[in-house]
Amino acid sequence: MRSWAGNLSGSSLIHPQRTSIHPGERSDCRKIAGQVGLAGSQFATQYIKSQNGKPHFYEKPVVESFEEAPLHVMVFTYMGYGIGTLFGYLRDFLRNSGIEKCNAAVEREEQKDFVPLYQNFENFYTRNIYMRIRDNWNRPICSAPGALFDVMERVSDDYNWTFRFTGRIIKDVINMGSYNFLGLAVRYDESMRTVKDVLEEYGVGVASTRHEMGTLNKHKELEDLVAQFLNVEAAMVFGMGFATNSMNIPALVGKGCLILSDELNHASLVLGARLSGATIRIFKHNNMQSLEKLLRDAVIYGQPRTRRAWKKILIMVEGVYSMEGSIVNLPQIVALKKKYKAYLYIDEAHSIGSVGPTGRGVVEFFGMDPQDVDVFMGTFTKSFGAAGGYIAGRKEFHSQGAPRMSRSSPADSAEEQDLVDYLRVHSHSAVYATSMSPPIAEQIIRSMKFIMGLDGTTEGLKRVQQLAKNTRYFRQRLNEMGFIIYGNEESPVVPLLLYMPGKVAAFARHLLNRKIGVVVVGFPATPLAEARARFCISAAHTREMLDTVLEALDEMGDLLHLKYSRNKKSARPELYDETSFELDD
Amino acid sequence: MDFRRVKDYFSWLYYQYQIISCCAVLEPWEQSMFNTILLTIFAMVVYTAYVFIPIHIRLAWEFFSKICGIHSTLSS
Repeated sequence: MRSWAGNLSGSSLIHPQRTSIHPGERSDCRKIAGQVGLAGSQFATQYIKSQNGKPHFYEKPVVESFEEAPLHVMVFTYMGYGIGTLFGYLRDFLRNSGIEKCNAAVEREEQKDFVPLYQNFENFYTRNIYMRIRDNWNRPICSAPGALFDVMERVSDDYNWTFRFTGRIIKDVINMGSYNFLGLAVRYDESMRTVKDVLEEYGVGVASTRHEMGTLNKHKELEDLVAQFLNVEAAMVFGMGFATNSMNIPALVGKGCLILSDELNHASLVLGARLSGATIRIFKHNNMQSLEKLLRDAVIYGQPRTRRAWKKILIMVEGVYSMEGSIVNLPQIVALKKKYKAYLYIDEAHSIGSVGPTGRGVVEFFGMDPQDVDVFMGTFTKSFGAAGGYIAGRKEFHSQGAPRMSRSSPADSAEEQDLVDYLRVHSHSAVYATSMSPPIAEQIIRSMKFIMGLDGTTEGLKRVQQLAKNTRYFRQRLNEMGFIIYGNEESPVVPLLLYMPGKVAAFARHLLNRKIGVVVVGFPATPLAEARARFCISAAHTREMLDTVLEALDEMGDLLHLKYSRNKKSARPELYDETSFELDD
Repeated sequence: MDFRRVKDYFSWLYYQYQIISCCAVLEPWEQSMFNTILLTIFAMVVYTAYVFIPIHIRLAWEFFSKICGIHSTLSS
């Protein structure tokens, strides 16, 4: 076994755990190079080889970068926010003293002596800065969110306090914002015939919860299919992705347990963790030293006052982080979890269906064994064109030594339950929430069979590969142009950094004028100084659409001066890879 | 033709100034107010520099030359 080199010097604690080593086999070879060397940017290059020596599909370096902006950009960003704040104070003064009419929310006259409701920074920011650029969000659309869609045109007469629709529709806008990774969110066509049949037979509403009369045979079929797709024992599906996280984490952990969650986890995970009542500790984003330190402290010192051992330690990460585009460092997390005997909960909302050679998620992307992850969670919203979420993992107890996920007290009956069966009984969502609607379940069944190839064609696999090709092309071109892009090279979520609030508004408006729809994100979803535009690549985007978008982005980059990157990659790498040059005579 | 390019360049610079300082998202009267204040401050800085910097430089030159002048008279 070889200890990890490079940035883990000083902590010789992580060894990749392997159950058996055969004599002629290639050993694990993981190098992390150049993590600290490059000034101003952080690159992590890993060479991933599979654990049993067989050649893995992705035997090439995996690069993740989070480049820092030049100093003048940060200065200008804070200056812009400062000017916005000054004008915000001025306008607040005018509104409070009655010179100007106030359109924002205010307390009633009788409540003026109570604790103020709207004076904190979030409300100040909303009233004064967000309102001025509000027309870039909540844009209503009036068609299916495919690769091209229609946007309703709306204008504002009073600087974004109220909007009105002009009645016109902007047709055929290129969609770079919807989570449509495999292009399955389209209008009705003949391949969706089974959905129509299910709609005719079962109707739309279920009118019950899973515990009462809401479990249909469609749900059973879907759950078996999900388990087969992920290569696990069993799965359970729920009607809503957010509720899957927030309602099931409280059923798995409780007081006396420890949750180690990544800095940038989604709100549903944070809500579920808080509702459970367990102790929550946060580790830095994708940072294995931080996680290891927390694990060691947890195992050594135990619970805060009583020093008892924690009942359960749960590590919560996501497969692909939607605001950064980074992919979780799964091999190292699994190694840590096995060493310190913790459980792993992985939220594959964005990575299921879009990452990995056949679209099975991050576990397949890294070539790892699904048995290593305890709880798989994912949603059907992003790649399958439907709604809902699932939790998958072990079904039942198999042997005496297997660790148990459930919170039930140790019983010696033969019916000890493990993850999925336990959730069927104890999940809040199963007891109180309506189960998934049958046409949606059928849409997921259809999409999953399409991706797995069970419908007899290879179209699904082609789409997954097309998505990977589109992702690589788009990211490579953006890097060549000189924009700052966050995230892993293989992730289909591409955040492009804009930094200044004025540029955020100008970017979104200009692109809509050119019939390209993008999503821009600012505070509070991102840190204050790192506003960004987030592109979601889809397999339905053709090369021409991507070229149109890239051309428009090139012009936007020149117009708004957005090309801050200092690590521009050349468009012709073969020229500087040459070891000898021959001059033409 | 060159004038047009120069004019384009300056209008691009003005646009950059507007989006960096959030003037592009402010209402027109706020923009005028901000521009007026900024131009006033800039004018005052230019006036101060024009009137006072030569005098200060002359005084500093005399001060240092007196010190260096004392050295040279002692040595000769």
